[in-house]
Amino acid sequence: MQQTSPEIGGMGHSIKRKEDMRFIQGRGNYVDDVHLPGMVYGQMVRSPYAHARLKSVNTEKAKQLTGVLAVITGEDLAKANLAWMPTLYFDKQMVLATGKVLFQSQEVAFVVAEDRYTAADAAELVEVEYEELPVLVDPHKATDPASPILREDREEKSNHIFHWEVGDKSATDKAFQDAAVKANVHAVFQRCHPAPLETCGCVADFNSATGKLTIYMTSQAPHAHRTLFALVGGIPEQNIRVVSPDIGGGFGNKVPIYPGYVCAVVASLTLGRPVKWIETRSENLQSTGFARDYHMTAELAADRDGKIQALRVKTLADHGAFNAAAQPSKFPAGLFSICTGAYDYPNAFCEVDGVYTNKAPGGIAYRCSFRVTEAAYLIERAVDVLALDLKMDPVELRKKNFIRTDKFPYKSPLGWSFDSGNYEAAMNLALAKIGYAALRKEQEEKRRKGELMGLGVSSFVEIVGAGPAHTFDIAGIKMFDSAEIRVHPTGKAICRMGTKSQGQGHETTYAQIVAQELGIPAADVVVEEGDTDTAPYGLGTYASRSTPVSGAATAVAARKIREKAKKIAAHLLECSEEDLDWEPGKFFVKGAPSKSKSIQDIAFAAYTNIPEGLEAGLEAVDYYDPPNLTFPFGTYICVVDIDKGTGEVKVRRFVAVDDCGNVINPMIVDGQIHGGLTEGLAIAFMQQIDYDESGNVQGGSFMDYLLPTAVETPYWETDKTCTPSPHHPLGAKGVGESPNVGSPAAFVNAVVDALSHLGVRHIDMPITPWKVWNVLKEKGVVS
Amino acid sequence: MAKKQLVRVKVNGRERQAEVEPRLLLVHFIREVLGLTGTHVGCDTSHCGACTVVLDGKTVKSCTMFTPQADGCELMTVEGLMQDGKLHPLQEGFKEEHGLQCGFCTPGMLMSSYALLQHNKKPSEEDIRWGISGNLCRCTGYQNIVKAVQYAAGKMELGGAK
Repeated sequence: MQQTSPEIGGMGHSIKRKEDMRFIQGRGNYVDDVHLPGMVYGQMVRSPYAHARLKSVNTEKAKQLTGVLAVITGEDLAKANLAWMPTLYFDKQMVLATGKVLFQSQEVAFVVAEDRYTAADAAELVEVEYEELPVLVDPHKATDPASPILREDREEKSNHIFHWEVGDKSATDKAFQDAAVKANVHAVFQRCHPAPLETCGCVADFNSATGKLTIYMTSQAPHAHRTLFALVGGIPEQNIRVVSPDIGGGFGNKVPIYPGYVCAVVASLTLGRPVKWIETRSENLQSTGFARDYHMTAELAADRDGKIQALRVKTLADHGAFNAAAQPSKFPAGLFSICTGAYDYPNAFCEVDGVYTNKAPGGIAYRCSFRVTEAAYLIERAVDVLALDLKMDPVELRKKNFIRTDKFPYKSPLGWSFDSGNYEAAMNLALAKIGYAALRKEQEEKRRKGELMGLGVSSFVEIVGAGPAHTFDIAGIKMFDSAEIRVHPTGKAICRMGTKSQGQGHETTYAQIVAQELGIPAADVVVEEGDTDTAPYGLGTYASRSTPVSGAATAVAARKIREKAKKIAAHLLECSEEDLDWEPGKFFVKGAPSKSKSIQDIAFAAYTNIPEGLEAGLEAVDYYDPPNLTFPFGTYICVVDIDKGTGEVKVRRFVAVDDCGNVINPMIVDGQIHGGLTEGLAIAFMQQIDYDESGNVQGGSFMDYLLPTAVETPYWETDKTCTPSPHHPLGAKGVGESPNVGSPAAFVNAVVDALSHLGVRHIDMPITPWKVWNVLKEKGVVS
Repeated sequence: MAKKQLVRVKVNGRERQAEVEPRLLLVHFIREVLGLTGTHVGCDTSHCGACTVVLDGKTVKSCTMFTPQADGCELMTVEGLMQDGKLHPLQEGFKEEHGLQCGFCTPGMLMSSYALLQHNKKPSEEDIRWGISGNLCRCTGYQNIVKAVQYAAGKMELGGAK
């Protein structure tokens, strides 16, 4: 790749972010900042019960309150055939309850009033009569004959949603029969919530004069959402404009369509006024897309020397009351089949069963490419347990089993083709950086003194950047993505995308790709996303797909422009195209570099001095369908010390070596890794959406759903290796989710390592001081 | 609806007044009555700090105060940081050190950091981490926010800025 100057600021430059200027001045434009003339406010009425018959919904008192404009119930929506809506995964979900409620905080009625306070008052006045029903909380009991059938709307009278399996069962079973060593671990990846700092919300604005519906909404996928509104709501698609303004973090939470959006749209259509609905934090945690809730068992079969022969995985997936997973349609368990990890062995079999329970619906990908986090966590835990059983160092065991560099592209036993990798290089760099050997020695000494210290290693592989379109779609829409570049006469440009940043820095990084490919300084390129009336169609930002898919589209669109620019340059320089060479920013005559035309000269000519036979203008669009996914990887090593008195785990050091191929902006990549590691820390030690036996949510506010502050968060040490993707036009792979995917296992492995000499093989997340203290008590370390 | 009350507040150096319901949260007064939307709401339990403003020199979470409680006070929001068209060293630091991603926590972070630097000109890393511990960030992992505050502290020491 040609190096660009800092003034151009192409790939590899840590240029400062273009979007920052508005945010540091408090002038971002988030959805709750959207204020339209005549705007009114919606407030949801929610169920206090997890499972109950809805006997009556009385809205009279609420409607009588001054300032109240409407109270919408499930029965009202049923008249318009909108009481239910499809989820993103072959299921449907109630918009407002009819018949019964299936989880605590389920949407029951929607109140609209002149201001937020009146709307909240009126919500209190809606009288709902419930008759409690038996509650199903434990997914393991979902298929017990004694358990209540939750979904009476389904033909199939069962709480079982799907069974999915992949791999060669008989070969894998045989490998287990013949194996010298078998290790297994049962690991629960607890229910979490992405909890972006901005909750979900929208302003629905139906203009009865023009017939146009504009929806400002917290959407990671505005184009797909527009199409779904058209298909489900029956509104002509040209009359719907979805605007995703600045988004205050997404992490997967803002991929689905939620009942609040639909109610706001219905209210605006009914009232002819803009309707704002912004959920509270408690509503966000209790009702919108949760993640994980995978109850997993992994078994590894190996030779006595540690060579792995087979992996067998059985998983129970708790999807709550509706299967509102947001994932490609052919993959009910997402990309969980990446669970074979960074290791080379011939046999694997993986099965997943999904069930309903009386919990909030979901199964979204929380900062992860469709269940990759669960998969990476499981294999990295299982490998550590195998190492323990073999009395082998976990690093040595990993190195023995890594897929060798000469084996790429590597066909995994569960069917993926890994594009490129050099796992040992990343591992070696991490080991050197942290000083592994010395730490192991220190650990030995500490153990002799009765002190608890542990080292956790995780060598993860991701699978990101979906498409390809032949395999991947969401609700039928193929997972390509797009970029449209227009170069203005003065050589400046605008670039519009099918993706939508939620903090990833797209306004900067896409501009750098244009800078790299066309030599137009990144400072001269404006990037716009999120307005479906102007941006080209795309599937949006999640699953680390922006750089792998839209980044590629940007490069390809820029190259199309360069092809045309070459024709114009040849015209201007009065030579043939074959005589021209390119360096970022200009074409010059081979052997005579002083005879050149800059991209700015060429852009001006594209509108003022057009060669005969060529169209005016300088622009291109590309809808990119990736030939394969990309497979970022890395090794993370964590050092922990455990306080025996309190059970508190202190992360002393954490080294993260990532390989995401070629890097667009190292500063932004580092920032992504810091943030993802912090979310991984939160998952490992703090975050959990739990339910009591009555289905009451136990992590329903920031009082109970713990997030790390700056004080709990350690200093992150980052480094990188670079193994470009062979099929991506820029050799890039995507990075935003790697740290969240790879780190939970490093934390847990470190804690288990600190306690392994006591006979501890596994502890489920979140590893709270209370949990550790109980283990210490059980093992007789404390009394 | 309770009787409205007259509230006078000096906001970013300018006298403002309005008749408000006594229960109106200060954050809604700032955002919706004054139209200063830089101050954000991220939770309903006073944990996230996105609504942090400086009231009479001290940080408060403006979602946890009623507007009449601020009557007669001096209030500073993120919109008041810039002086004479120039970025405050903290704003500069957040940009230079990549101390923000989605930007939603940033105004609150800036105000907490501002108050910290008013009381502690040379904060250690630990001081800074404690100083912003009432503000949650879901994107940055705080590391670059710490660097941003250090950047500002250094710059303010050199330039004598407030």
